[in-house]
Amino acid sequence: LFQVSAALRAGRVTATELCQRCLSLIKSTGFLNAYISVAEQAALRQAEESEKRYSRGQPLGVLDGIPVAVKDNFNTAGIETTCASNMLKGYISPYNATVVQKLLDQGAVLLGKTNLDEFAMGSGSTDGVFGPVRNPWSYSRQYKEKSAPESRSEDRESNWVITGGSSGGSAAAVSSFTCFAALGSDTGGSTRNPAAHCGVVGLKPTYGLISRHGLIPLVNSMDVPGILTRCVDDAAVVLGSLAGHDPKDSTTIQDNFKPFELPNLTDVSKFTIGVPKEYHAPGLSSEILALWSKAADLFKNAGAKVVEVSLPHTRYSIVCYHVLCTAEVASNMARFDGLEYGHRSDMNESTESMYAATRREGFNDVVRGRILSGNYFLLKQNYENYFVKAQKVRRLIVNDFVKVFGSGVDILLTPTTLSDAVPYMEFIKADNRTRSAQDDILTQAVNMAGLPAINVPTALSERGLPVGLQFIGRSFQEKQLLTVAKWFEKQVQFPMIELEEVKKHDQGIFQHQKSAASS
Amino acid sequence: AARGCGGVGVWRRAWQRRPGLAVPCRGQQAAACNARGGAVPAGKSGLAPWVPVVGLEIHAQISSNSKLFSGSQVQFAAPPNSLVSFFDASLPGTLPVLNRRCVEAAVMTGLALNCSINKKSLFDRKHYFYADLPAGYQITQQRVPIAVNGSLSYSLRIDDKMRQMVTKTVRIKQIQLEQDSGKSLHDDKRSQTLVDLNRAGVGLMEVVMEPDMCCGEEATAAVRELQLILQTLGSSQAVMAEGQLRVDANVSVHHPGEPYGVRTEVKNINSLRFLAKAVDYEIQRQIEELESGGTILNETRAFDSRLGCTIPMRDKEGKQDYRFMPEPNLPPLILYDAKSLPSNVNHQQVVNIDWIHQRLPDLPSVKRAKLVEQYGILPEHSLTLLNEDGLTEFFENVIKQTQMKPKKVIGWIIKDLLSYLKQHSIAVKESPVSSFLLADLLNLLENREISPTAAKQVLAELWKGEGKTPLEIVKEKKLELVNDQKELEEICQTVIDGHENE
Repeated sequence: LFQVSAALRAGRVTATELCQRCLSLIKSTGFLNAYISVAEQAALRQAEESEKRYSRGQPLGVLDGIPVAVKDNFNTAGIETTCASNMLKGYISPYNATVVQKLLDQGAVLLGKTNLDEFAMGSGSTDGVFGPVRNPWSYSRQYKEKSAPESRSEDRESNWVITGGSSGGSAAAVSSFTCFAALGSDTGGSTRNPAAHCGVVGLKPTYGLISRHGLIPLVNSMDVPGILTRCVDDAAVVLGSLAGHDPKDSTTIQDNFKPFELPNLTDVSKFTIGVPKEYHAPGLSSEILALWSKAADLFKNAGAKVVEVSLPHTRYSIVCYHVLCTAEVASNMARFDGLEYGHRSDMNESTESMYAATRREGFNDVVRGRILSGNYFLLKQNYENYFVKAQKVRRLIVNDFVKVFGSGVDILLTPTTLSDAVPYMEFIKADNRTRSAQDDILTQAVNMAGLPAINVPTALSERGLPVGLQFIGRSFQEKQLLTVAKWFEKQVQFPMIELEEVKKHDQGIFQHQKSAASS
Repeated sequence: AARGCGGVGVWRRAWQRRPGLAVPCRGQQAAACNARGGAVPAGKSGLAPWVPVVGLEIHAQISSNSKLFSGSQVQFAAPPNSLVSFFDASLPGTLPVLNRRCVEAAVMTGLALNCSINKKSLFDRKHYFYADLPAGYQITQQRVPIAVNGSLSYSLRIDDKMRQMVTKTVRIKQIQLEQDSGKSLHDDKRSQTLVDLNRAGVGLMEVVMEPDMCCGEEATAAVRELQLILQTLGSSQAVMAEGQLRVDANVSVHHPGEPYGVRTEVKNINSLRFLAKAVDYEIQRQIEELESGGTILNETRAFDSRLGCTIPMRDKEGKQDYRFMPEPNLPPLILYDAKSLPSNVNHQQVVNIDWIHQRLPDLPSVKRAKLVEQYGILPEHSLTLLNEDGLTEFFENVIKQTQMKPKKVIGWIIKDLLSYLKQHSIAVKESPVSSFLLADLLNLLENREISPTAAKQVLAELWKGEGKTPLEIVKEKKLELVNDQKELEEICQTVIDGHENE
């Protein structure tokens, strides 16, 4: 982002040019289905305004004129907000989410809303009403090269891999260069998971650091806005523009937040890296295991202290999450009754029948399933045994982290996903619930504890697809977390995606991005 | 401890079956349940006596500029849906932000009701689907409310003739902060429901009174006293006609010595008169039902003011499971006192219980005691003075302008002025007779320029509000007292002479 910003200031490129290129690239990568809505006119207008500011020599900041995309579960005034659900198809919110407003206030150019799993429930970005998102790496030279010869001759339709989820659209958008940064959300790993599969940086900030006002909630006590960018420095920039107390969100902390620039760390010897053994989870691919190991060695060889640690309650996090998540979902979805906004069924025999029909028509099976489960757990006779128990288990999970971080560990290093991205056809063979339970295991506990975590793209798998590793930090210690992540990013030199469409549009500006990763 | 009818040396009067009552909705005469005393007689039909038990849940709208969790305004009778913020309409992504003033109102009320204020209280979601509840849940305080374990003392006349007052106490179980719902208007003709969300999200204090009362009169007296307290504090305007104070009554009956009976809940009673009627009706209904071999259902009922009886509410699906869940968007509410207040904190950000306590105004009970002491009037008089809006002020204004002793003035205020106002259903502030005029009149009486009888006549004239002063009326009607001995003799002589022939 610094490079682009410099280019804008120097006049080597204009905000309008940037915007137009991104818009045109969005069109030519339409088959990815990363975007639900593209706000072309509004974006161009914003770009125009930005240009005026640059020509006056008064840009608002690093983000001025930068095209960004936002996951479609953030409220955007004037642009449809659907959450990829029939319930909110056509819903135009009258207000901007705080994070959206902050981006706009910094002069960012909002290109559009990205695709997701319906109401952010899922780990594949496959279960929204606008269809699944395709991982841009499916069409990369790197992936095609490694594909079996027979499948290469098949049309591109059948072999494509998922983005992961639920912020798949945002990850794909950043990965395919259609925007410079995107917002996602992270409740159980929904930003880090697709970041890993799409080879981009996915930051989950500490709970309470960034306002959730305007983010349509999945689990209020775990949701955070997530940041997806192509490099760690960019994530720090976006974080700087978003973090801080919001009076409209009572769960944000009051402390003053100071945006920071990341130092170029050369010496990691002061750090203690913890490697939690429980994250060697069942189903973890040998490839990723090896990569994880290699990363740990990387730190060791550079002088850092690398220790094995234990987070014994990790294996309970999925079950615990299932109870708490479905309970909150049941509660949060209660407002969708068709009366004030959103879909309303034509059924009008009685109010109750209208509610029932509206909700049956508006929600997909995944959402309805979670509502039913959640209501079950919240019944008076079940509350103690499920909800309260789960809260207690949550406390235990949190304490695991507290203990480990209290024993001198600065950063935890873990895999982000169990494997690289699977083909869509294979992914959909198992249902959403099964998939979520499997895929969230390495990321979910972090949400339980509200800690900051980041996925850093590490290497390509044997199949030519991205694999990332996760760093977990102490609460509100994003600066330390990102500093270490940035060092790691520099060490691994993750390759740039070689995508035809991107190459066609690449007229130097993206070269800057390439060099950013390797400088 | 003085509890309900059983304390303070007064027998709980048991209810007796009224023979021959088949029609349920006839006007019920409530026997004062603290009457007379003495052993409780058995019913005419020889059945065992009944003990009615009444508990109350009172919802008081907090007097504040904006709602409990959002910035939209609080105003009565505004155009429909004109005071609705995004949060009130439950637009997805909106979050609650606690209104400080509402917290202070609840703390004030809790302190005035002798409660323990919980320094840490929590918010919960109570789920049910209804058109006037946009989010599908109400934010309330079910687990740990803001105040608990208080008490409210109120006075009752034992017997009009005896003019004796008794003080009773009802325990306050808790006070909780919660959201009010919107309003639904059912248009059966067009088969539609119209929803107005102006009221949705307005702050409420729910005051829960333990079942220490035993009849409509006690319930009414307790609510009236609460109303006065709230109005004195300013935490709620508590005007029932404007829906700022609503009462749900929990009623059950049982035989002495046996466990409490099944209770019914009579919801949304919005006037003191209806409260007394509803409670007494329900007690009677339950007694009759049980005595004829029936059972009482644990149900919710409404009071039909036209018919004067309680009826089961439409959606009586049995017990609802509200699926309570902690409200995740609101951290625990932490209150401080002088001891626990952290030093480096912004005063705007915290609520200090001690600070509020120091600034509490005189409560009605204190005011009444002061009136009794200052003016030498009876406690029952001070009760009446405070019970009528503006009457205390009127009384004190008259006192200031007259030489008549307060003990005498009070009679005129309560017997003459108040009964006239009641007869014509007008408030003190609408009285055609101002305190100035009344004081003027009383001065004439005090100076023996007119007789008490004449004074009453003058007062009757003054009510007409024709702008004449008492003196003018006296002159007009020739009501002057004749004090001159000679003059009196002459008059008597004239009268005697006029009747010589009889």
